[in-house]
Amino acid sequence: MNKLYEKYIKTESLPTLFCPGCGNGIIQYAAIEAFERLGIAEDVACVSGIGCSSWIPCYYKLDVMHTMHGRALAFAEGLKLARPDKKIVVFTGDGDCVAIGGNHLLHAAARNIDLTVIMVNNYIYGMTGGQKSPTTPKGSRTKTSPFGSIDEPIDACRMVTSLGASYVARWTTAHPVQLEKAIADGITHRGFSFIEVLSQCPVQAGKNVYGEKDPSKIMENYKKQTYQFRQTGQGQTSCPGLDEQGRIPIGLLHYDPEASEYLQRVEQRLHEEGVR
Amino acid sequence: MESRNQPTTEVVLQGNEACAKAAVFAGCRFFAGYPITPSTEIIEMLSGEMQKAGGAFIQMEDEIGSACAIIGARWGGSKAMTATSGPGYTLMQEAIGFAAVTETPIVIVNVQRGGPSTGQPTLSSQQDIYQARYGSHGDYGIIVLAPSSVQEMYDFTIRAFDLAEQFRTPVILLADEVVGHMREKILIGSGNRDIRTTRRSLAVSPSEDFFRGAHTLVEGQLHDEMGRRIGHMADRSGEFIEKITRKIEDNVDMIADVKTYCMEDADVAIVAWGSVARPSMNAIKKARGIKDDRILPKFRVVRDLVKRGVKETIRTDYSHLKVGLIKINTVWPFPEAQLRQAAENVHTVIVPEMNIGKYCREIERALPDKKVISMPKCGGNIHTPKELLDKILEEEGVNE
Repeated sequence: MNKLYEKYIKTESLPTLFCPGCGNGIIQYAAIEAFERLGIAEDVACVSGIGCSSWIPCYYKLDVMHTMHGRALAFAEGLKLARPDKKIVVFTGDGDCVAIGGNHLLHAAARNIDLTVIMVNNYIYGMTGGQKSPTTPKGSRTKTSPFGSIDEPIDACRMVTSLGASYVARWTTAHPVQLEKAIADGITHRGFSFIEVLSQCPVQAGKNVYGEKDPSKIMENYKKQTYQFRQTGQGQTSCPGLDEQGRIPIGLLHYDPEASEYLQRVEQRLHEEGVR
Repeated sequence: MESRNQPTTEVVLQGNEACAKAAVFAGCRFFAGYPITPSTEIIEMLSGEMQKAGGAFIQMEDEIGSACAIIGARWGGSKAMTATSGPGYTLMQEAIGFAAVTETPIVIVNVQRGGPSTGQPTLSSQQDIYQARYGSHGDYGIIVLAPSSVQEMYDFTIRAFDLAEQFRTPVILLADEVVGHMREKILIGSGNRDIRTTRRSLAVSPSEDFFRGAHTLVEGQLHDEMGRRIGHMADRSGEFIEKITRKIEDNVDMIADVKTYCMEDADVAIVAWGSVARPSMNAIKKARGIKDDRILPKFRVVRDLVKRGVKETIRTDYSHLKVGLIKINTVWPFPEAQLRQAAENVHTVIVPEMNIGKYCREIERALPDKKVISMPKCGGNIHTPKELLDKILEEEGVNE
């Protein structure tokens, strides 16, 4: 077995409950590569919500909190405030993060609190068997949109950028190397780091949502359906959307290293007021 | 009604303020909350005091987030609390269940107001008695304390933190608008204390705080001692539910706090919890001819004359009533044996409550051989001593 796996994975808990062809394994490994590269195994804790992607950290040999549907960010904020010296990584999905947890996402991004959020976006509620999520493409037929989804999908990257997240990136499971670097950069960055990962759910979304059920082909399509965004320069405040061909931007979409972080602001205010 | 054997200072505080001060004294170093009447003074006070004490404070986006944040903070190693009321408390129920199943020691204050829904934001009630016990879905044990004075707001808040750590469970301080907003002279402790008793034998989940190298897995699904899910296994899941319920229900003797007053020769007992215990106590004092030092006699006479009319006040004679008070401070787990023992020699029990008569059902169940009379009162007003005494007079007959 891979050495990193032995170091970071509770092998006695294997096999994982992920379906064959699921993208979660790629993300699970990318994150431990990032932890290893940064050498933070002793100083990182993971928090997750409910859904397939929220099981990713439950196999880690780390301190892990597998919490309630939609509330991972609220738990993570409490943990971060109690231990400002530690790194907190949140694993969440499109339904967990944008639907039921939407309010917490808005406020955590607006606070620019130092958390790293990995939002696994498979366009579907996988664990419950394939229902429409807030990111499901318009027109997709799912178990709860039998006539085709009528809702405009929500772009979480643009949403958190508009609120004040200071590191926003999007990659796919077809870009594991770049994903690992983004997770490491997100953890290093002091502020709200939001990393969306397009990840395949061949079992529940497959043909009806992606038009393809073979996982390797879905991943190939990710490369065709995306374009790499290159940041135009410092001070860019917006997050790019689809290009003329309808392709999704991937890469580092927004980065503001100067943005003031929540805990820094708290400390500064307490210092100025003479409380500390 | 109780004092502690520690260096103390006399202060005049509001109930909510006393609760906030007690939290800091008990070692609470994290508060997350969302403003809601009539609990707001707690978040207001702790927005400054918590950080002055070296802790952390955050005003969350809602009560769900508040309850979740304190659980997160507790695993980070900070004793943590939130305070809310009515609708906010309902929103916290899922997180209370999460704290129960993960055995996270947290304190949640519910300063009750009238419900349901938005209900009566500014008036008192005791309507959440069952929500406090059974509010979250599923089965679990929980500890609920009910203060009836500013001193008890202070003392019980401290005890709530101790019990939470001892039993690895969420503890609810079930106050109400009356105790939350009244002002009284109380004794408060000076300095700090931070009890972190962890009778780990009581816990069936991983209990080591984060960042201690224990690789703690906090799991909301039913789990084994390593935090690994067992929710798909019926037998082991059943055992788990039994354990997290029993660790509390089987230790009632360690938790129970039932006080009695004038019960030595009583025929009738008022069984009260929370703020209703106050008019109950006054009723007993009146019947027993015990002077209440806090009200000047002249003032009391004038007040009674104005309020009830000359005739009634002069004519009513309660002196033959042998009434006592049983005051339940720990409403859950239900102190059944303690109540039975306290009520041993009475034939009738009166249960006044600011709700439709809920807790009375538990008391009826515990005292099948007694006449149990429910005295519900909804709408926001607390029972008056006269109402209580007149009810007893109805049962016992007038002095011939």
